[in-house]
Amino acid sequence: MANAHQNPAEPHPSLDRVDGRLKVTGAATYSAEYPFENLAHAVLITSTIAKGRIRTIDAKAAETAPGVLAVLSHMNSPGVPAYGSVKLPAERAPVGTAFRVFYDEFIYFSGQPVAMVVANTPEQARHAASLVHVDYESEKHQTDFEANLSKAAVATSVQRNKTSPFQDYDRGNPDAIYTAEVKIEATYTIPTQHHQPLEPHAIIAVWEADDKLTVYDKNQGVKSAQGNLAQAFKLPRENVKVNSKFIGGAFGSGIRVWPHTVAAVLAAQKVNRPVKLVLGRELMFTSVGYRPFTVQKIAIGATKDGQFTAITHEGTGQTSTYEEHLERTILATRAMYVCPNVSTRYRLLNLDVNTPTWMRGPGDATGMFALESALDELAFALSIDPLELRLRNHADSDPERHLPWSAKSLKDCYRIGAEQFGWKNRILEPQTMKADGMLVGYGMASSLYGFHRHPSKAKAVLLADGSVVVQSATMDIGPGTGTAMTQIAATMLGVNPKKIRFDLGDSGLPDAPGQNGSSTIPSVGSAVHAVCKALKIKLLTLAVAIPGSGFADVRPEDVTVKNGRLFPSADSSPGIAYTDILKHHKLTQVEVTEESKPGAERDQYSMYSFGCHFVEVHVSPVTGEVRVKRVVTCADVGKIINYKTARSQSIGGVVGGIGMALMEESAMDHRYGRYVTTDFASYHIPVHADIPQIDVFFVDQPDPYVNPIGSKGLGEIAIVGVAAAVANAVFHATGKRIRQLPITPDKLL
Amino acid sequence: MKPFHYLRPTTVKDAINALASAPNARFIAGGTNLIDLMKRGLVAPEKLVDINSLPLKKIEQKAGFVRIGALALNSSVADHTIIAAKHPLLAQALKAGASGQLRNMATMGGNLLQRTRCPYFYDTAFPCNKRNPGSGCSALEGINRLHAIFGFSEKTGPPTCIAVNPSDLNVALSALDATVVVQNTQGERRIPFADFHRLPGDRPDRDTTLEAGELIVAVDIPDAPFARNVHYFKVRDRASYAFGLVSVAAALDLDNNRIKTARLALGGVAHKPWRLFEAEKMLVGQPVSETAFRQAAEVAMRDAKAFEHNAYKLKLAPNSIRQALTLAAGIS
Repeated sequence: MANAHQNPAEPHPSLDRVDGRLKVTGAATYSAEYPFENLAHAVLITSTIAKGRIRTIDAKAAETAPGVLAVLSHMNSPGVPAYGSVKLPAERAPVGTAFRVFYDEFIYFSGQPVAMVVANTPEQARHAASLVHVDYESEKHQTDFEANLSKAAVATSVQRNKTSPFQDYDRGNPDAIYTAEVKIEATYTIPTQHHQPLEPHAIIAVWEADDKLTVYDKNQGVKSAQGNLAQAFKLPRENVKVNSKFIGGAFGSGIRVWPHTVAAVLAAQKVNRPVKLVLGRELMFTSVGYRPFTVQKIAIGATKDGQFTAITHEGTGQTSTYEEHLERTILATRAMYVCPNVSTRYRLLNLDVNTPTWMRGPGDATGMFALESALDELAFALSIDPLELRLRNHADSDPERHLPWSAKSLKDCYRIGAEQFGWKNRILEPQTMKADGMLVGYGMASSLYGFHRHPSKAKAVLLADGSVVVQSATMDIGPGTGTAMTQIAATMLGVNPKKIRFDLGDSGLPDAPGQNGSSTIPSVGSAVHAVCKALKIKLLTLAVAIPGSGFADVRPEDVTVKNGRLFPSADSSPGIAYTDILKHHKLTQVEVTEESKPGAERDQYSMYSFGCHFVEVHVSPVTGEVRVKRVVTCADVGKIINYKTARSQSIGGVVGGIGMALMEESAMDHRYGRYVTTDFASYHIPVHADIPQIDVFFVDQPDPYVNPIGSKGLGEIAIVGVAAAVANAVFHATGKRIRQLPITPDKLL
Repeated sequence: MKPFHYLRPTTVKDAINALASAPNARFIAGGTNLIDLMKRGLVAPEKLVDINSLPLKKIEQKAGFVRIGALALNSSVADHTIIAAKHPLLAQALKAGASGQLRNMATMGGNLLQRTRCPYFYDTAFPCNKRNPGSGCSALEGINRLHAIFGFSEKTGPPTCIAVNPSDLNVALSALDATVVVQNTQGERRIPFADFHRLPGDRPDRDTTLEAGELIVAVDIPDAPFARNVHYFKVRDRASYAFGLVSVAAALDLDNNRIKTARLALGGVAHKPWRLFEAEKMLVGQPVSETAFRQAAEVAMRDAKAFEHNAYKLKLAPNSIRQALTLAAGIS
């Protein structure tokens, strides 16, 4: 166990953020901030109906307004080569077609981009946009999830793929649920929730030549954005440059290349100038995905002493009419606890809305809200302590894949969390604890998140002055990627972190996955580890060639590093400075590129991160207001690279989970198929006053099998389970089980 | 945003004249609401008359009343010694509203004119009688969790508008019987606070009785014995920086344990700050007690009516009234 402030065993325990000063002084340049002479500004015009077609677009007044360069729509778009030409008679896009911006007259959702004004200034563009009149032919739309639930079906992509994990799943006897000694069954609803990073999505698109495109874009993967744009505009990959060095939060909203990005690229082509597009807050609700509205039915059967005998979990998620967004909603239920009889079903409901996307802890945050709430309901029904119930059903190996875990310290997490929180002071009976006129509730929940590692490359360059540049086309959407990578390199090379620069967010750098699925540390961290190791070996080779250096016959594994010097062993020999190695060989630099990728271990072990959250809430019996008073969170994510940034990431996940539990809801008026909560006055995320003391703990034991650094990702698991822990605490305080998030005061009155 | 002319007069007279000569001109002070409205295309003034250079920032004790200049910032008023000593209810209400940054920009006069936060008002894709009279009220059968339970008329058909006034300050000023002082080309006009904001009636587009071309110059608060037993109680979806679901301004003048005078106003329940005259009357002469407070809350709620999503206010409002009175009386 280690408190998440620093680990004294680490050589650079809590390296400050390498870009922290740039960020807090405003010196960091975000996508919308790159200066260009001749920069033009774009404003999107979006559909006010949810389904139908555009009859006409009257842009005459806008086109002649001051400063206007172009009004773009499907009527005059230069066209995206990959879309092909419109096939006549025009037909609505079939399921599986990514939305094609300014392509044809069809409307698929309210808020869909239908036109764009490009002008010399943002003000001129905004004004001219108000002058464009779009005439629609409406058709009856369906956006109401609950009213249409009976139309949900197995996704066509799942029907086609017999090995899809979203196929109907039955382990053991699916009917066992009916004969359970004790059974609870309940339905849980999560409304549509939006990522809403503080930095809105933004892009500056620049055509450097007819076949050369550069974009400064907010996204979570420069390489995938590069690939997507190259494919869309049929350009050689190397002709597309994507620059995304600083990202002001994303939480999943930047995983895809969205229509607005393509629209800005089209506009830059049309006006032959660099074009900037920044989404207004209201457009952030319909342009960059969301956590889908999801309804889940769970039943758990158990013996009277709390041993699970059967679990059924049915989940239905919302998607658009043109794409199928699948997420892990029901998958955790198969692996989380020991249970002989488990059935899961996953369905999608196509509605006249834009396509959802992954949002922090995608699927698992949703599914674990339901599963961990249901466990709490069962614990109450059995009069068993909720933590004890989890321990009784702990899975010592993966019950789904029948494989050993690569590592699992969930029991340690439970123990640490319970001790630090003071769980033993919880009175079993709900509605019994009170303080200062408030109802007090203690709740807890487990968390898990699958391990993801992707092939990743990194380059390391040692310069003559002893400084090191490490590069990889990875991202930093906030967790502190550059800091963690600098720390890995510093440790591996024995170089002061101040002498290391880590470059990221540029598609010209060595291949790396996008920042998603908590895969950055496992993938890119491994690549940085590998490239530093390779650099060390190269330096050894160079050192061996220096007469009298003392490195002859030294094995690579015996070499040690410290203070920018190479030592033949861990003993006290003077070693040799990297700078002297280069000087001797008259080299200005030494450069190495390495790739690191997963291997057969994936088939030998089941790999997950685990954790738990403990929450105390106070609920006002007068107003129904819920205030979270304290949180203890503990995660087992293998080795912790940087305690400071890891702690921040855990805190961020808890804050997101509190928002999910108590506030966040994108409410739609189904008469219009349109959101009504499209600003921060109506879409609530937590403010400082909502966030109490959050104590973060890590088990901090390297996972021996996942990768060379023994570290799993942390971003997603930090939020998984938080909403359930809050809801369980609310039940404990009030005796009221709220199964429909968010838990607002009206639901508790 | 439509291009506009901008000028910054330095005298009240010049400001009023600047507006009088341009029918589609608007005053701007803190801009914390007007700029939002302009960006969303809800108002498109040809001319903005910036009044920040006018000498209207003072907070002074006058004979029998405190005068607060219309340009006094929310944050300055909330922290002012005169306000803290004589009208702590006002300070509490101000501090319950918006965020520190907004309070540093927002002014007293502007706050009185803050438009509703009804989402249907802000999005031009929806019908809205307040924005576009005659187009209909989308909230009536829409998502009306935040909407009114008082003050809409159903005499001549469905209510025209069920939006609520979003200001915390207004609720306190209503309870404190303030007077709004305005200037026009003819001179000064004094509007009792109860008459300043309107109910929607057949003109839901009009929030106040301020006439075109009039400039708010000050708010006067009469001296009153409400320095001790006051409480501004605000219920919201998160701990700070949220518009109230329901709020209560409660002020009591106690003689030993007996209520000599009571003031009560509700926020978040009507098109205007909702003063509870009947409940106040009922409390006078009563001892401080849970029974009296419960009875007051019952009286207050007599004419309340809820819609599909705001029925919780029928319980939340009386609970909040009782709680505010309890806290104001200093019993727990």
